[in-house]
Amino acid sequence: MSKAEPLTGLGVSPGIAVGPVARMAGRPELPAPAPVSDVDGEVAAAAAALDTVAKDLTGRAAGAAADAGAILEAQSLMAADPALADSVAELIRAGSDAAHALTEAFETYREMLAGAGGYLAERVADLDDVRDRAVAAVLGRPMPGVPHPGFPYVLVADDLAPADTVGLDPAAVLALVTERGSPTSHTAILARSLGLPAVVGLPGAAGLADGTVVRVDGAAGTVEVGVDPTAVGAAAGELPDYAGPGRTADGHAVQLLLNIGSAADLATGGGGPAAALRDAGIAAAEGVGLFRTEFLFLDRHDMPAPDEQQAAYEAAFRAAGGRKVVLRTLDAGADKPLPFLGLRPEPNPALGVRGLRVARVRPEVLTAQLRAVAAAARAAGAEVWVMAPMVSTAAEAASFAGAVRQAGLPIPGVMIEVPAAALHADRLLAEVDFLSIGTNDLGQYTMAADRQSGDLAELLDPWQPALLSLVAACGEAGRRAGKPVGVCGEAAADPLLAPVLVGLGITSLSMSARAVPQVGAALARLTLADCTELAGLAVAADSAASARAAVRDRVPQ
Amino acid sequence: MVEQRTVVIGSDSGLHARPAALFVKAAAAAPVPVTIRVGDGKPVPARSMLSVLSLGARKGTEVTLEADGEDAARAVDELAALLARNLDVEG
Repeated sequence: MSKAEPLTGLGVSPGIAVGPVARMAGRPELPAPAPVSDVDGEVAAAAAALDTVAKDLTGRAAGAAADAGAILEAQSLMAADPALADSVAELIRAGSDAAHALTEAFETYREMLAGAGGYLAERVADLDDVRDRAVAAVLGRPMPGVPHPGFPYVLVADDLAPADTVGLDPAAVLALVTERGSPTSHTAILARSLGLPAVVGLPGAAGLADGTVVRVDGAAGTVEVGVDPTAVGAAAGELPDYAGPGRTADGHAVQLLLNIGSAADLATGGGGPAAALRDAGIAAAEGVGLFRTEFLFLDRHDMPAPDEQQAAYEAAFRAAGGRKVVLRTLDAGADKPLPFLGLRPEPNPALGVRGLRVARVRPEVLTAQLRAVAAAARAAGAEVWVMAPMVSTAAEAASFAGAVRQAGLPIPGVMIEVPAAALHADRLLAEVDFLSIGTNDLGQYTMAADRQSGDLAELLDPWQPALLSLVAACGEAGRRAGKPVGVCGEAAADPLLAPVLVGLGITSLSMSARAVPQVGAALARLTLADCTELAGLAVAADSAASARAAVRDRVPQ
Repeated sequence: MVEQRTVVIGSDSGLHARPAALFVKAAAAAPVPVTIRVGDGKPVPARSMLSVLSLGARKGTEVTLEADGEDAARAVDELAALLARNLDVEG
C-alpha cells in the first residue's frame, strides 16, 4: 500500500494512536420534497425506517448501563409508536414523501413535549434524535450520533458538541479527529480531559472513510492514511519515556496522580492499542489524586449499605498498592441528582445544593460515608486523604475537617471550585491539610459560564488568565502554609499547561492514566525556574489563546 | 361493553420515564385497544408512547382508562393496577 502525504490540522492533545476510522454522521439534511408515485411503497419505507430505528435502540438499550438504557428504551418506544406511524402514513397519502412526512409527524409531538415544560421538555432532544435516525434510515444515510462499531476506533466528525459526546465510551475511542474546531473547542477540551490524542481543524477529515486505518499524531497535528493495518498495535512502541516519580529537570518534585472512579480504573493489562499508554500511566503514577465515589450511589433509591461502601473503597485502596489515595466524598446534588437524596429540582442546579452542601440537608449521608472510608482505610492499611467538593467558606472547611478527623481519618482537605474559596485559600488551609483545585468547576464559576454550554467553550478554556490567577493565589497560600495544593481538573492533563501550574506553586497534578506519561515527560524537560517563567507569561496574557501561544512559543518542542 | 377505570398515578416520577415505558408495553400487549385520558381531556391510545408522555400525568394525577369489547374489563383492570403501583421503587 502506498503511503500518502499526511493530512495536517491542529494538534490539540498529544499522543499517538493507530486504528480504524468510525465516522460520526451529522443530522441528515432533508432533500427537496419529491413527488411520490408509489404511495404504498413510500408508507412501507417510512414504517421500515421506524422499525429499524426501534430495533437498533432496543439492541443498544440491552447493552447499556441502567440510566442510559432507560432512555434508549423510551426512545425505542417513541420510534415504535403506532400513533406516530399513523400520522406519517396520513401525511404520505396527502402527498408528502417519507422523509418530509417523518419530519412533520415528529414535529407535532415535539411541540407537545416542548410546551409541557420540565421533564417532558428535556425529552425533546431524545425525540429529535429518534427523528434524525428515522430520516437517515429512510434516506439510506449513516445513522447520526456517536458510532458503536464494536471495536476501538478513531472518531472522525465534522465537530463535536457536548450533546454529541454524552454517549461516548472513552475506553472504545483511540483518538479524536474533527474537520472544524479550534484549540478551545469542546473536542479539544474533551480530548485533553480524557488523555486522548486529538487533531482538530483538519481539512479533508470529511474524506476519511469508515474502516480506513489511520495514524493520528496529536502533538504534530497530523493524520496519516494508508497505514499498514498490522501497525495498529505499534503505537505502543512510541510511548514517552516516563516511569515516574514526577519531577522537573532540576529535581523539583511534582506528584503525578490518577483520577479514578473505582478499583477497576487501576487494573492494567486491558489489551488493545489503547491499553499500553494507560498501563504505563497507571504504573508511573504516585497514587490517586481524585477518587470519585459517585459510582456507588447512582441509580439508588436507598443509601448503599455501610459494608457495601466499605468493600468498594477497600478494593480501590488495595488496588493502589500502597500508594496514597485522595478520596472525594459524594459529589451529588441538584446538578447530578441521585434519587435517594430526595432533593428538590432547582432552577440553577450548578448554584444549588450540591457537593458538601448536601450535608446541610442530609448530614447522615456524609457521616456514613466517612465511617465506611475509615473502616476501609484501616482494613487496607492505606494512606487515605479525604476531601469535600464544593466548599465555599472556611467555616464549611472547618466543619468538614472536624467530621473527617472524628471518623478517624487523619488528613482532611477541600476542593477549590468556588472563587470565594480560592480567594480565602489561606483561611481554608488554616482548617485543613491540603487543597485540590477542580479547574473545570472553578473555571465555570469564575467566568460565570455553564460547563454544558458549547457556545461558551472559549470562556471555559483552562488557560483563561483570570482562572490562572486564582490558581496562583492557592499555590501562594500553600507555600506560605507549607501544605500541598494539587490540581485535579482537566488542566492538569495538558502537557503544555502542567508546567505553568507547577510554576504557580501547584505540588501535585491528577489526571486520567493515559495523560500521565505525556505530562511526566513534559515536566522532566523543564526546570522549576522555566516553569515559573512560563507561569508569569500565562498569567500576564490578556486572553486564553495568547496565554497558550506565549507558552508554546517559549517551550522547546 | 365499554369498560372504564379511573385510577391515581402511583409512581414517584409520574407517568414518565420507566413507568411510562412499562405501561405502554403492557397496553400494546393487551387484547383490545385501550385509551387513557386525564380528567375530561381527550382520550389517547395507551399503546402510543408519545401520546402517553404528552399527557404530562404526575404522581397523584387521576387518569381514566377505557376499552371496548371482549376482555376489555380484564385489560383495564390490569392496566389500572399497574398505574396505581409505584413503579419507580420496584425492581
